[in-house]
Amino acid sequence: MKGLSFDVRTRHRKKLFLIGTSVILILILLLVRMGYLMIAESDYYLARAKELHERERKIKAARGRILDTNGVVLAANKTVCTISVIHSQIKEPQKVAKMLSEELNLEYEAVEKKVGKISSIEKIASNVDKETGDKIREYNLAGVKVDEDYKRYYPYDTLASKVLGFTGSDNQGIVGLEAKYDSVLMGDNGKILTLTDAWGVEIDGSEENRLEPVAGSDLYISIDINIQMYAQQLAEKALKEKEADRVSIIVMNPQNGEILAMVNTPEYNLNEPYKLVENPELSTDDSVTTADMDQLNNMWRNFCINDTYEPGSVFKMFTASAALETKAVSLDDRFNCCGYAMVADRRIRCAKTTGHGTQDFTHSVMNSCNPAFIEWGRRVGVDNFYLYMNKLGLLKKTGIDLPGEAVTIMHKKENVGEVELATMSFGQSFQITPIMMLRTAATVVNGGRLITPHFAVKTMNADGQTVQEYAYESKEQALTEETSNIMKGILRQVVEEGGGKNAYIEGFSIGGKTATSEKLPRGTGKYISSFIGFSSVSNPKVIAMCLIDEPVGVYYGGTIAAPVIRQLFENILPYLEITGE
Amino acid sequence: MGRKIKKQGKRYFDYSLLFVTIFICGFGLVMIYSTSSYTAQMNYGNSEYFFMKQLQSDLIGFAAMYFIYRFFDYHYFQKYWALGFFILSIICLLAIIPFGTVVNGAKRWLYIGPINFQPSELAKFATIVMTAVGICAVGKKINRLRYVILICMVISGVLSAMVLFITNNLSSAIIIFGIAFVMTFVAYKGYSIYIGLTAAVGALFMVFYSWLTNLVKSGNMTDSFRLNRFLIWLNPEKYIDGKGYQTVQALYAIGSGGLFGKGLGKSLQKLGFIPESQNDMIFSIICEELGLFGAVCVILIFILMIWRIVHIAQNAPDLLGTLLATGVFAQIAIQVVLNIAVVTNTIPNTGVSLPFISYGGTSSLFLMAEIGIVLNISSQIRLEK
Repeated sequence: MKGLSFDVRTRHRKKLFLIGTSVILILILLLVRMGYLMIAESDYYLARAKELHERERKIKAARGRILDTNGVVLAANKTVCTISVIHSQIKEPQKVAKMLSEELNLEYEAVEKKVGKISSIEKIASNVDKETGDKIREYNLAGVKVDEDYKRYYPYDTLASKVLGFTGSDNQGIVGLEAKYDSVLMGDNGKILTLTDAWGVEIDGSEENRLEPVAGSDLYISIDINIQMYAQQLAEKALKEKEADRVSIIVMNPQNGEILAMVNTPEYNLNEPYKLVENPELSTDDSVTTADMDQLNNMWRNFCINDTYEPGSVFKMFTASAALETKAVSLDDRFNCCGYAMVADRRIRCAKTTGHGTQDFTHSVMNSCNPAFIEWGRRVGVDNFYLYMNKLGLLKKTGIDLPGEAVTIMHKKENVGEVELATMSFGQSFQITPIMMLRTAATVVNGGRLITPHFAVKTMNADGQTVQEYAYESKEQALTEETSNIMKGILRQVVEEGGGKNAYIEGFSIGGKTATSEKLPRGTGKYISSFIGFSSVSNPKVIAMCLIDEPVGVYYGGTIAAPVIRQLFENILPYLEITGE
Repeated sequence: MGRKIKKQGKRYFDYSLLFVTIFICGFGLVMIYSTSSYTAQMNYGNSEYFFMKQLQSDLIGFAAMYFIYRFFDYHYFQKYWALGFFILSIICLLAIIPFGTVVNGAKRWLYIGPINFQPSELAKFATIVMTAVGICAVGKKINRLRYVILICMVISGVLSAMVLFITNNLSSAIIIFGIAFVMTFVAYKGYSIYIGLTAAVGALFMVFYSWLTNLVKSGNMTDSFRLNRFLIWLNPEKYIDGKGYQTVQALYAIGSGGLFGKGLGKSLQKLGFIPESQNDMIFSIICEELGLFGAVCVILIFILMIWRIVHIAQNAPDLLGTLLATGVFAQIAIQVVLNIAVVTNTIPNTGVSLPFISYGGTSSLFLMAEIGIVLNISSQIRLEK
C-alpha cells in the first residue's frame, strides 16, 4: 500500500463499499419496478401487444334468408368475392394493377393508386361475382387476395320490394324488413386472427386463431307469394289502365293481423335498388347525389305505411261503429238527406246533390251519405268520438313491423268544433296511413279485436330449429261483438246492394266499403280511390284494401277500386278456402 | 513493475470476472442474433448481419482485453498514455464536426477507412484513465475541494461538454460526468459534499416532478423539446404515434413477457415494432423472451460483475489501480442502471446502451479493454500470507 496510509485505504474501501451497495440497491429497486410491470401490469400490456400483433380478418356470417308462409325463399344469398391487395406482399405492382383494372373493369389509375398505397390491406372491389373472383385467383399474383363472401339476392326481383327492402354492400339491411330484422338476419361474424410483424406481413408458421361465424336466422313472414304475385299483377294493371300515380293493395288476415300481401306499384328491382325506375341511367352504388337520393328514397317508400292520406268514406265504418256502440243511433233511426247539410255557417254537400231522401241507418251507410254521417257524428259527440278513436288505436301507430310508420295527423281534441267533427265523421280533415285504416276496418269486422298488423311469424336457425316465434299485441273488446256483427251485416249490404256492388261475387259472402278522397289542396281534381273488402262476412278470414292514387278519368272508389278487390277475391277466396255461406 | 510482482511468486487472477465477462458477451451475442435476425434478413438479406459484426468486435475486444491484461501495465497510463487517450478523444470529437457521419439523425460517428467508430465511447474511456492519473498527480491535494472541482472541470467537464454540444448526446455526457463524480468521491476525503449534492439533485428533481405533474393536470403544455421528453415519460401511451412510440413498445415487450417469457426467439416486438431492438432497447426483448426470471438473472450477473470490480478496486495495490477500477465500475454500473431505468420507463427516454449486450462495436471494444485493465490490476494484487 505504498504511498497510502492505512486510514486513507480504509476510507477508499468504505466509500467503494458504500457506492457499490447503492448501485445494487438501485438495481433491486429497478427489479421491483420490473416485477410490477411484468406481473401486475402483465395482462394489460399483453392485451395491448396482442392487439398490435394480431390482424383480424372478418369471416362474414351468412345472412338469414327471408321466406314466405309456404317456405318459398324471397331473399337469399349468393357467393360473391371481395378483391383486396396487401401492399407488402405485392411483387409486381404494375402487373397487378393492370390485371385488376382489366378483370374488374376499373380505371387503371384508380387501381394503381390503391395498389401503391402503403397500408396493411386495401380493398379494391367488393360484390364481384364468383366467376371473376376465380379468374383473378387463377392469375396467382403475389399480394392479391380474393375473399369469398355472401351477397343478398332476391329471386323474384320486384316482388314485395317495398316490404322486403334490401341490404347495402356490407350486407346490412337498409330499408324494409331487411332493416327491421337486421339483427336477427345478420348473424355473428367470425374472424381469423393472424400474427403480423410491424409491416403487416403475416408471420409464417404462427398459429391461426379462428372464430367461426354464426349464420343469421331465417325469417319466416306471413306473406303468401301466390297472393302477393296476383295482387301485384292486379295493381300493375290498374296502374296502367287508370294512368294512376301509384296503386297499393294490402291483403291481411283480420283475425290476427298477418299480412298476406302488400303491393305498392310501381315496385322496384331489389337486385338493383339504386336503379331508378323512371331514370335507369342512374345506377351507381356510390356516387349518388342528394337529389338522386331523394328520388331513390321516394322509390323505396312504402305508401301503405310511410305516407298518410285522408281516408274518406271508408272511415264511415268507424263513425257508424262508434254511433252504434255509444247507442247514439239505433238501426231504426232515420235521416232525411236533401243533398247538403248546414254545419255552423257552412254548407256541406252530399255526393248525391239531389239528396238521398229519407233513409234508415243501414241505408245511410249503403248510400255513403255525408249529411247523415254528419248527424251520426254530432250525436256521438266529440268526447265519445275521441274515446273510440283511442280505443281503436287511431291516435297511435299500429306497431307494424316495418320501419318508418307514419303517425296519424289529427285535430287536437280541444280544437274540434262542429265543422271539424262533421268532416271527421266522413273521413276528412285528418290523415292516417292506409295500414291504419285497414286495421280499423279489421277491428270493425273481426268481432272488435284490435290487432297488430305484421309480417314476421318466426325465425329459424340454420339447423331448422325455431329460434323465436313472434307474438303481437292484440286488444279484445275494442268494440263489442254485437256492434261488429251489425256492422258486418251493413257492410255486406254495401257490397250486395250499395256503393260497393262492383266487388260482389256470386256465391261468396263479401262485405266492404268504398271511398273517394279528394287530395289536398282541394279543387285540383286529384283523388285517391279506395275500397276495403272482406270475406266471409260471418267469419272474416281475409280483408283487403285497394288504393288508387290519382287515377285519370273515373275516380270513384266504387267504380275503379272495388273491381280490383273483386278480381283479387275471385282468385284468392277459393285459394284460401273461403266459401260463401 | 508487473514483472517484478510476477517474480515475487503467486500471481492473483480474478477468474470470476473473466468468466462473467465472457458469459455476458456470449449471452449478448445470442440476444443480438435473436433480436436482429428478422430485420437483418429483411433489410440486408442476411439474418446474421448484426450478429457477425458484433462477433467481430467482441473478438477484437477480447484480444484487446487479453493484450492489456497480459502485456500492459496500468501504470503506463501515468507515463502519458492517459494524456494520449485524452488528447486523442478531443481530436476525434473535434473531427466529428467536419467529418462526422449522420446515423439516425444524429451526427455521432467517424468513419476511418472501413472502421466506423463512436468517439463518445473513447471519451468515456479517456475520462476514466485521465481522471485516475489526474487524481494521482495532485496527490494529497485531492482532499481540497478546489482540486476536485479542477480535475472534474478539466477532464470530464471538457469531454462531456464536447460530447453534449458536438454530438448532441446527453446520455453520454451524463455518463462521463457520472464517472468523474464517482471517482472523485472515492478519492476525496469527505462524504458530506457528495451526499449533499446527491440529496440536492434528488430534491430538485422532486420539485421538478411535482411541477411537471401539475403542468400536465392543468393542461398548459409547452412545445419545448427537452420538456416533451418528460411529458412522454409521464404518459407515454398518449404520445404513442410520435416520440412515445419506442417507450410504449418497450413496455409492451416487457409486460408481455410475464414470469418466464415467451421463450428465446419468440419475441413479437422485435419484428419491427421496436425499431433496432438490438440496440438500446435490447433489454425489453430479453424481458419479453425470458420473462422476469431471465431479467433477474441478467441483473444478478451484472451485480456479480460489479461486485468483482469493486472487490478488485478495494484491494488494488495502489491508488491508481483503485481509481481505474472504480472508473470502470462506475461506467458499467451507470450504464446498466440508466439502461434498465429507461427501458422500464422509470426515467425519461435517453439513449443508453446495455454494456456487453447491446449491439455496438466501439462500446464493446472499449468495455472489454476496460475489463482488461481491471484484470491487469487484479493480477498485480499481492496475495498476503
